Amino acid sequence: MGKTFKRPEALKDNPTHYCPGCTHGVIHRLVAEVIDELGIRGRTVGIAPVGCAVLAYNYFNVDFQEAAHGRAPAMATGIKRVRPDLMVFTYQGDGDLASIGMGEIIHAANRGEKFTTIFVNNAVYGMTGGQMAPTTMPDQRTSTSPFGRDVQAVGMPVKMAELLAALQTPAYITRQSVIKPKYINRAKKAIHKAFSYQMENRCFSFVEVVSTCPTNWGMTPLDAVEWTENTLLPYYQLGDCKTPEPREEA
Amino acid sequence: MGKVLMKGNEAIGEAAIRAGCLNYFAYPITPQSEVAEYLSRRMDEVGGVFLQGESEVAVGYMIFGAAGCGARVFTTSSSPGISLMSEALSYITCAQCPAVFVNIMRGGPGLGGILPSQGDYFQATKGGGHGDYRLFVMAPASVQEAVQMVMEAFPIAEKYRNPVMILGDGLIGQMMEPVEFPEDLVVKPTNKDEWATNGIGNRSDDSPNLVKSLFLDPVQLNSHNLMLKAKYDRMRREDVRYEAYNTDGDYRALIVSYGTMSRVCRTAIDFLKEEGLEVAMIRPQTLFPFPEEAVRDAAGKAGCQVAVSIEMSMGQMVEDVERSIQGRCPVEWYGKCGGEVPTPEEIMDVVRGMLKG
Repeated sequence: MGKTFKRPEALKDNPTHYCPGCTHGVIHRLVAEVIDELGIRGRTVGIAPVGCAVLAYNYFNVDFQEAAHGRAPAMATGIKRVRPDLMVFTYQGDGDLASIGMGEIIHAANRGEKFTTIFVNNAVYGMTGGQMAPTTMPDQRTSTSPFGRDVQAVGMPVKMAELLAALQTPAYITRQSVIKPKYINRAKKAIHKAFSYQMENRCFSFVEVVSTCPTNWGMTPLDAVEWTENTLLPYYQLGDCKTPEPREEA
Repeated sequence: MGKVLMKGNEAIGEAAIRAGCLNYFAYPITPQSEVAEYLSRRMDEVGGVFLQGESEVAVGYMIFGAAGCGARVFTTSSSPGISLMSEALSYITCAQCPAVFVNIMRGGPGLGGILPSQGDYFQATKGGGHGDYRLFVMAPASVQEAVQMVMEAFPIAEKYRNPVMILGDGLIGQMMEPVEFPEDLVVKPTNKDEWATNGIGNRSDDSPNLVKSLFLDPVQLNSHNLMLKAKYDRMRREDVRYEAYNTDGDYRALIVSYGTMSRVCRTAIDFLKEEGLEVAMIRPQTLFPFPEEAVRDAAGKAGCQVAVSIEMSMGQMVEDVERSIQGRCPVEWYGKCGGEVPTPEEIMDVVRGMLKG
């Protein structure tokens, strides 16, 4: 009997530095599986963010560039414009993409840049130690909202997928999660679709993945899964926000 | 090809194309917007890449991305825009990517004004962004020299895997002069397979390339900085450029001046010669590496009573002049900024006054 489960070629054989119960590892694996399935490892370039996934290049077995905080979409634009043959993806967290990098992601999406963004939304800054993010939930306590997010003072959490879907430029915009196997399967399909749209040079593609951060939420991994399901997912609803028009058959 | 009459900004755009750089990202800002306007048409004709980014911040990273995957790439901007790109410059320098940045300086600080200035000397030569880094900085004094420096900038950037900045004042961008594009300055891009993120499948070995600037281990970061410093020291040894004017005979004063300002100084020196007053000039063509030895030797010549740094800024280059001369003669500064350019007569008065005093 042959091997039925193995490490994707697009992942290195390195243990990750991610905390127990963090979903970065699962998302890395899904992206790597898609890269393998599409046979694009030799021409893929990833952009690492600033945040917990800054060391993503220690795990992905593809070329990588490391951006400054929030600037990954601009960097991806630079690569994709001069080398359209390369497959380019950014991998960004919520502080990176929805706060300091809001300008870069909106304009890249609006130009219809032909790269893929994996947006990992866990409603908190991870690497800097659990500060409030633009996606932090109302009343959610963080190290900079010790009394809970006060929406009167700092507004409501940003729904990035819906915000980007409001742009008139065609795109594939979807929100997924990976906290349970059924969600993982759907997320994998979405990531596959996102990379496929890029391969066909059709549109910008964006997969938001609602994720966990047990460490900074102060929860056990199991409680974090439950909190995601009961608190995050009713607000960040899963599913496609926008898909490109079907291509007319030649 | 013969000479053509071109505006500086357009000539700079054309020079990059002639040098084999077909990738340009930029954001409009006076007084250099004509580069983007010119290249929006020209890049289309030559099958190159033109993109107007959403901000100078983003443009800095478009340059970083493109340079990181091994493409020849450049941008142009003016002072406030370069401030915004300075974040990317720090990253690009640490990640060792070659790229060319052109700064057609306007008056500052703040929004300042839109007229020619040399107020970004510190920003260009001492680092506008964070951390220990240097740019290779070239300062043209004519449209023709701007063309040549742009063409030479790409191989220099590739030699050092470091950004090169062309530091021109607004006049260089705005004035029209006859130019030609020397074919002997065209150098083929180097092979970047060793480090660029051009796709594993496009290279012979199977290991990923990584373009990054994060070194969490202090020992590693220190050695990385030592390696960068060794590059900057090599620039100092191998690629200092300057022009010496009227330095052959004896002279009583030395002017140090660059860019458009140096042309006014040259006229003043010619007029003073007619009066029988000999004044010499060192015109740095590279501001980093600074021509320290040339300035020191010229100032140390017997009979030279004073050295004066004449700038369209409030005394920036004078610090490098002082550092170079090391007390061999008194060092003075004269300058104006905000778009005011000292006249030859003013400079003559300044030099005469310094020699009296």
